[in-house]
Amino acid sequence: MWWLSLAKASSFAPTQATKIAAEWDSLYQFLLVSSLVACALLIGGMIYFVTKYRRKTNHDKTPYISHNSMLEFIWSFVPLVLFLMMFVWGWSLYYDMRTVPSNAKEVHVYGQQWLWQFEYKNGKKLNNEFVVPVGVPVKLIMTSKDVLHSFYVPSFRIKQDVIPGRYTDLWFQAEKLGEFHVFCTEYCGLDHSKMLAKLKVVPLEEYETWLATTTELTGGPGAQIYNDKGCVACHSLDGSPKVGPSFKGAFGKNSMMDDGTEVKVDENYLRESIVNPNVKTVKGFPKAVMPSFQGQLSEEDLTAIIEFIKNQK
Amino acid sequence: MAAHVQTGKNYINEFAGLKSWLCSLDHKRIGVMYAIAVGIFFLVGGIFALLLRTELFSAGPTIMGANTYNQVMTYHGAVMVFMVIIPGIPAVLGNFFLPLHIGAKDVAFPRLNLLSWYVFMAGSILAISTLFTSKIDTGWTFYTPYSIRTSTATVTMVVAAFIMGISSILTGLNFIATTHTLRAPGMTMGRIPLFVWALYSTSILQVLATPVLGITLLLLVAERTLGIGIFDAALGGDPVLFQHFFWFYSHPAVYIMILPAMGIISEVITTFSRKTIFGYTAIAYSSLGIAAVSFFVWGHHMYVSGQSEIANVIFSALTILVGVPTAIKMFNWTATLYRGSIQFTTPMLYALGFLFLFAIGGVTGIMLALIGLDVHFHDTYFVVAHFHYVMVGGVLMALMSGMFYWLPKMSGKMYQESWARISFVFTFIGFNVTFFPQFILGSMGMPRRYFDYLPMYESLNRISTIGSYMIGFGFVVGLITVIRAIYSGPPAPANPWGGKTLEWTVASPPPHHNFDVEPVITAGPYEYR
Ligand code: HEC
Ligand SMILES: [Cu+2]
Ligand SMILES: [Cu+2]
Repeated sequence: MWWLSLAKASSFAPTQATKIAAEWDSLYQFLLVSSLVACALLIGGMIYFVTKYRRKTNHDKTPYISHNSMLEFIWSFVPLVLFLMMFVWGWSLYYDMRTVPSNAKEVHVYGQQWLWQFEYKNGKKLNNEFVVPVGVPVKLIMTSKDVLHSFYVPSFRIKQDVIPGRYTDLWFQAEKLGEFHVFCTEYCGLDHSKMLAKLKVVPLEEYETWLATTTELTGGPGAQIYNDKGCVACHSLDGSPKVGPSFKGAFGKNSMMDDGTEVKVDENYLRESIVNPNVKTVKGFPKAVMPSFQGQLSEEDLTAIIEFIKNQK
Repeated sequence: MAAHVQTGKNYINEFAGLKSWLCSLDHKRIGVMYAIAVGIFFLVGGIFALLLRTELFSAGPTIMGANTYNQVMTYHGAVMVFMVIIPGIPAVLGNFFLPLHIGAKDVAFPRLNLLSWYVFMAGSILAISTLFTSKIDTGWTFYTPYSIRTSTATVTMVVAAFIMGISSILTGLNFIATTHTLRAPGMTMGRIPLFVWALYSTSILQVLATPVLGITLLLLVAERTLGIGIFDAALGGDPVLFQHFFWFYSHPAVYIMILPAMGIISEVITTFSRKTIFGYTAIAYSSLGIAAVSFFVWGHHMYVSGQSEIANVIFSALTILVGVPTAIKMFNWTATLYRGSIQFTTPMLYALGFLFLFAIGGVTGIMLALIGLDVHFHDTYFVVAHFHYVMVGGVLMALMSGMFYWLPKMSGKMYQESWARISFVFTFIGFNVTFFPQFILGSMGMPRRYFDYLPMYESLNRISTIGSYMIGFGFVVGLITVIRAIYSGPPAPANPWGGKTLEWTVASPPPHHNFDVEPVITAGPYEYR
């Protein structure tokens, strides 16, 4: 039927990369077609009536039709049955979305203001990108380090909020090789729209060799903290400003504050900026955006991250 | 009854001076004062909308930064929801026409009515005042824990929403009491106009649901100012709990917005078809039915929030049930047109526009109600498009329809039909140009509340922005038409449209006490025989 293919073409859904996505697309197409029919009936009927029964004279007589029980029964009952059918279909799709296969490989996901972090079972960590094997179910165990976020892969038609203080999960089995977008779909402040990640689907063998090679971070324990504590989300190392100022060449210069004072960036200033970021705000950057790391970093950690910043010349 | 020509005094010229308005207990004057306030807030919210759309015209920063965008997005939502759409129809047109429709002199508690206006204004001014302090960027939904951590103005805004809630409760109480106690002799519940049924159902929602919002907002304030852990996980609270509380109010609020709109549509369609409504009882009871079920469907906003899967299934089933009474109404209105005598005045055009847009809003609502389908759509532009079709396409079209329908009665002046139609054409076409592409963007996966987007979404965003300028133009033309009519329109007869409800039996504008003689009702509201 030509109109079915029309609905398919006009669904505009992104690449269909999982079986769930295919299921989703069929339900959506069914809904599109039934919606078209319903709107054609309603709007078509309305347009037909208003043109046919246009006022002719100022004394037009109209019939007094107060109701019609049979008609009213039909147009209550038929939608009810249709709606219930759609509900059951939506439910069964949801059931599949939520039934995690027992052999799924687990990956941990941490959301934090404007960074996605991924951690594999062997300790391998990545920021804003991760790799999964094709044809193998993967389960994401997710939590947030600060506010709500939501993990959304349009090509897989899946989404789940990521919540502080508890775990939520999501699973998928990619059937297509390639790179897919991950969006954050729960508003989380300033750079919500930049909180994107890349999901790479590769053949199983490639995945296994990739997973086995651990990329050593250069820069010692400070670099570790820079990554794990998420400084990387807001501070670059290459001089380009992100949410916060870049660490490149930060140490030793004079930094302008938003109240007009100038501060020399020394160890104590750095320490204060990390432990108590709201005391001084760098000019041109938003206030009260950087979280305080008070109590989250030991003295040794603080020294390490400050040394790390000092080394970014 | 056309004997009531402009000979004597009416509610506008009976008393003079600003004080006579600001201290007036007359429901008509209070309605007009609401109209002015809501009109101004609508302009404010509309300017924010145009700023947003302009920013989104191109990927990357266009006219503002991410921080400003988030603030503008929040103010657009908060102003439009709390200060325009919720009070819009009940407080403006409801205040003016509820007593007239049931043959009463005024509402049951005129002083309370005036108080609601002042409380509303206090809340609104407090809300606007945050624009001059640290501004808020939480989105109109105030989701925790973000709202607990971000700028301090959030507390002020939340208190403002709380205050406006009180005003809403007072108006609801007043309307319920009025409908029950002040109906003219013979005006049984089976004979009140459908607009009154709609207001009545809405009032029940306002009275029962708004306190929950109030409590939630107070808890939020307590958490922020006193550090009590209720919603913030860092303090031992549960962030998802806030969403439950919030939507327990805000879903019924959707019907607080749409039910009165449906009431207007019933009035306008009967008048301009010169025909009795098809299925009076079905429409009246479906309003009540929608109101009742709407308390049990809040979870459809939370399918991916982490709430239990069983809850999701139940919420989905209940939500889909709301589709039935809604569909019934649509069919009834269409059936009313059948063999009518249709006149294409501006109010009727807006009402037909409502049917068109609401049909699209309705079918996409069904899509969103289905759990599995919603997982992909949730928090994308699909949802944005859907609720604009319902809230703007539905509520604002109905509000415009009602404004033009009753302008002759409220102001005593006729507007100029040609200009009013131009305004309709621009708002209606512009509306579809703005929001239809957003359905496609949502299907493609573009998340909402995005300051910036991937290049593949750009062309549709451009179309959408152009559409928003058309809507803006349409509303400006509409506003000018209304103002011109008020200042220099020809005088309106008592019943310019041949309506059958009671407001058309009194002079335009109505006298201070509405009815010179108390009307006695012997038949239903739409007796076109
Ligand atoms: C959510 C984003 C964000 C995160 C995460 C973040 N910061 Fe910041 N940071 C900022 C912003 C914004 C500023 C500038 C405003 C200010 O001074 O508060 C800033 C300022 C600073 C400064 C002062 C820089 C200067 O040039 O004066 C230092 C030092 C700093 N951050 C260190 C850190 C460290 C170390 C971490 C990780 C442990 C971190 N930040 C994590 C956003 C962030
Ligand atoms: Cu986000
Ligand atoms: Cu809802």
